[in-house]
Amino acid sequence: MRRRLLAASLELGVPVVLVAGWWLWSTRSESFYYPPLPDILSTFADTWLFERVADDVLPSLARLAAGFTIAAIFGIGLGLALGLSRPARLTLAPTVEFLRAIPTPALIPVAIVLLGIGDTMRVTIIATACVWPILLNAIDGVAGIDTTLVETARSYRVRRLDRVRWVVLPAALPQIFAGMRTSLSVGILVMVVSEMEASTNGIGFFVLQSQRTFAIPEMWSGILLLGILGYALNFGFTRIERRVLRWHRGWRASALGAA
Amino acid sequence: MSAISRRAVARRLSPPERSYGALGVVGTVAALELLTRGEVVASRHFPPPSATFRTLGGLLDSAEFWGDVGSTLQGWGAGLALAFAIAVPLGVTIGSSAVLYRALRVPIEFLRPIPSVALIPLVILVYGSGFESKLFLVVFGASWPLLIQTIYGMQDADPLALDTARAFGLGPVARFARVTLPGAAPYIATGLRISSSVALVLAVTAELVIGADGLGRSISLAQESAAVELMYALVVVTGIVGWLLSSAFAGAERRVLHWHTAHRRLEAAP
Repeated sequence: MRRRLLAASLELGVPVVLVAGWWLWSTRSESFYYPPLPDILSTFADTWLFERVADDVLPSLARLAAGFTIAAIFGIGLGLALGLSRPARLTLAPTVEFLRAIPTPALIPVAIVLLGIGDTMRVTIIATACVWPILLNAIDGVAGIDTTLVETARSYRVRRLDRVRWVVLPAALPQIFAGMRTSLSVGILVMVVSEMEASTNGIGFFVLQSQRTFAIPEMWSGILLLGILGYALNFGFTRIERRVLRWHRGWRASALGAA
Repeated sequence: MSAISRRAVARRLSPPERSYGALGVVGTVAALELLTRGEVVASRHFPPPSATFRTLGGLLDSAEFWGDVGSTLQGWGAGLALAFAIAVPLGVTIGSSAVLYRALRVPIEFLRPIPSVALIPLVILVYGSGFESKLFLVVFGASWPLLIQTIYGMQDADPLALDTARAFGLGPVARFARVTLPGAAPYIATGLRISSSVALVLAVTAELVIGADGLGRSISLAQESAAVELMYALVVVTGIVGWLLSSAFAGAERRVLHWHTAHRRLEAAP
């Protein structure tokens, strides 16, 4: 009991101490680059609650959502096709491996040349970054499916399309979700970079612009916002994943329990 | 998660199957060549692959080009090495103490999802637009996967093996060196492979956005001066560099940890 209490107080206490430490240190700091935390927080409230939300936050999130959705549709679709067909997989593997190895930010100038500066370009680049983890995990999940499952479905004469929908897809889903989780954080990264490179709005644009005009508390407030967004999106996605895959955890627990 | 796993590609390939991949590559390049020659895709936006490869061939004689490759690799390598030196000892410490883990779990969970590129403006202020900025970004970004993987690896130490070692009279140091660390090695190797690709992405990003020397900056300059073929050639080079690095890490991992294949499937989990 005492141990548990100690652990809980540590878990809550350490973050509080860290924030308090930052607060104390920064209010005493004379450095221009590290403004006092209270200043950052009041700037944060002034800037983001809710004045610039429509100008910067919503455009950023809309682009991320669009890019991520396109990547998910494309990645799962192509992943199912390549996972199910061994010749197709073998044929495209080296090409996919190479394209995936290109650091996505290097493709931003390419996207600018091909699509100009605009939301189409930014959504495309986010989708490009997000598609690889989803695609590779989908291929792996589908190709590694337990053959008994597929053979059973086949011997019951379940039609091919139904087999994919009701057997293959659910079996691969846990791995597809793992890929989507990776994609989400990659997507946030590329969203910010694409806004820093060529944009007139968005959170990435805002933080870089604040730095260039030496609006330091504004810059910090933007960094803080990106941190909170990164955390919140990750948390939200983990929640959705847990809900969608609830059957899988139950099934796995019982399968392991029986073994 | 990384390369299309060996399981998906399957171990044994029949002789005709071995040529499928090459066919795929040749087919893709040929299709792009036809599309751009036929101006289905405007060649001033997407030059034919043959033109890009010719430019790429010309680059091989250029000292400036090799300087760029060197700068990018330097940022990647120094950053990854520093991240390793910071994250692995930290992960070992946190992972082997239940109290420390509880105390730091929340700050780590909160800091980890922060996109490292959010720090770019701050980094420019503090370190300017040179190598130091690039190094900081790479170290910050590459440390997280290593830290998390090391913590997982330490916590996954087999209690039976530890008890056995204790029963045989091994002290804490020997138990650490002979049981815990080898058990954590696959996790650390996975972390290293993930961190390596993160490090390359962040090095190129720093060059692109901050303007530190390297391939990223040259790609951006080529785009601004409308040297489209050069831009594509350099992008192909970043792909080759990325591919070589990830294959090297995957290969080293397989070689060093071949005894640990039973644990291979774990790598997709975290």
